[in-house]
Amino acid sequence: MNRAPAQSRPQHRRERPEAGPWPHLLLAWPSLALTVLFLVPLGTIAALGFFRRIPAGFFEVGFVTDNYARALDSFHLERLGVSVMLALAATLITLLVAVPFTFLLTRRPRRAQVPYLVLVLASLSLSEVIVGFAWSLLLSRTSGISNVLVRIGLMETAVAWSPGLWAVILAFVFVALPLAILSLYPTFSRLDQELPEAAGTMGAPPLVGFVTVVLPLVRRAVAATAALVFIFVLGAYVIPQTLGRPAHWTIPVHITDQAIMKNHLPLAAALAIVLLVMSSVIAVAIVVIVSGRPPRAEPSVPAP
Amino acid sequence: MNRVLRAALFALVVAYLIAPLLVVAGVSLNERQVLFFPPQGLSLRWYGAAFTDPSWYRPAINSLLVATFAALIAVSIALPLSYVVWRYRVRYAKAVMAMGLAPFALPPVITALGALALWIVLQSYGRPYTVVLSHGAFLTTLPLATLTVGLQNLNPQLVEAARTMGATGSAVFRTIVFPFVRPYLIAGFVFAFVLSLNEYIIAYMTVGFTFETLPVKIFASLRYGYSPVMAAISVLFFAFAVVVFAAVGRLGDLPRLLGADETD
Repeated sequence: MNRAPAQSRPQHRRERPEAGPWPHLLLAWPSLALTVLFLVPLGTIAALGFFRRIPAGFFEVGFVTDNYARALDSFHLERLGVSVMLALAATLITLLVAVPFTFLLTRRPRRAQVPYLVLVLASLSLSEVIVGFAWSLLLSRTSGISNVLVRIGLMETAVAWSPGLWAVILAFVFVALPLAILSLYPTFSRLDQELPEAAGTMGAPPLVGFVTVVLPLVRRAVAATAALVFIFVLGAYVIPQTLGRPAHWTIPVHITDQAIMKNHLPLAAALAIVLLVMSSVIAVAIVVIVSGRPPRAEPSVPAP
Repeated sequence: MNRVLRAALFALVVAYLIAPLLVVAGVSLNERQVLFFPPQGLSLRWYGAAFTDPSWYRPAINSLLVATFAALIAVSIALPLSYVVWRYRVRYAKAVMAMGLAPFALPPVITALGALALWIVLQSYGRPYTVVLSHGAFLTTLPLATLTVGLQNLNPQLVEAARTMGATGSAVFRTIVFPFVRPYLIAGFVFAFVLSLNEYIIAYMTVGFTFETLPVKIFASLRYGYSPVMAAISVLFFAFAVVVFAAVGRLGDLPRLLGADETD
């Protein structure tokens, strides 16, 4: 359907004309929409964190620091710590599965990949609400795995694994895995098909070939994926809320609680800014550590 | 790598992604209003309820409306933006592009809180169009990503040839660029549509229960009274997503839409 004429990759230097008013007219709507719907809301949150809360209504304009003081008190810092640890654990498990899986998937013929890609896309699009519901069933006492294990005689009595720490992590990995696979997919599928075989003919065992030949080539994509997954999981609300005990409630649960239930928008905003700063710092750290070099402005999609 | 290891890993991933849905599918077949697995008795009545009970089909219609218009908005932002970045040298275009890609680099809850704050300040909290606009901007990233891949695959020499033959800018767009990126545009629309349909936290923070979408409804019944209808709806959602993506895979080249190179 979309077969392009034979060509080299886009490294092509193209002549790009500055053609009068056209590009600016075309950009008017995207600029307006994204400014109003993305930039202004972010700025509003940044400002809101300093506003004064009115108990009866929403908030009034002001400049107070108590919201940030509360966002950084020992309770919320501990919540932040829990959120980061949970997200890091989920990110690590996700990558340990996604990297070899995506690599092996892209070594298969195109046609054979399609069913897996359809499954991955469908899982990715599954609502976090449905994921939370599904895992709460799967890990429950009356309708879950443990119930089935009892029936086939592998367990004595059925137990409930949800809510609990592992319920949260398993569901995090469930939503993160499809995201990671799709994020790694472009780079992995552009890897030279013969690379690992070349390593093999030179006498390297498969795993050694993978670690020494393939991994160095995809480090940047893996790093970007790790950061993406970490941020995505750190911002999840429904899963810790439905599958965790209060001890596993992450910052997004408390942000939502303050914003909707407690009507304390300024505190929610301050928490959101703290979360934003924290997630950016850790995401950059992940990229630097995993890729072994400072982050670049552009995404790492094209193959090295 | 070892054949057995590969088969084991593939089986593990597939089982992991399918197991929760299998249990949900089983639960949806219970005869009485219980959430047992394996199900007790077999009945399709909860699937019927999903279509006849207004407290379930109204949110479904709301969700379909939101997803349709939000995906249209996402595409209307992404198409001119990706085209200008690809075709012209405009300095601030990259900044606009960054705004379009940024939502996926933010924890989702922050995007949702930003939407809540924006619509409260504009005194529009709870109006149906707020969730459409906020979803549209949030999901722009998806068509932006597919269109960028598509335009990278378009041979610039084609465009130059057309120009030397005297084609105007708009003729080039109509006859060369648009037909070429159409599959990527459709894929981007579909991705945005399906994700909007399933999105919870932004919908909850912009319209909540005043214009209930299906995920908001499911979450509410998750907290205040389980029902097998939830399971039936979840199965329908997953089946819908599989059918849509399988159709995309049949009509187009799915690996290429997702960023793989030319057919090998």
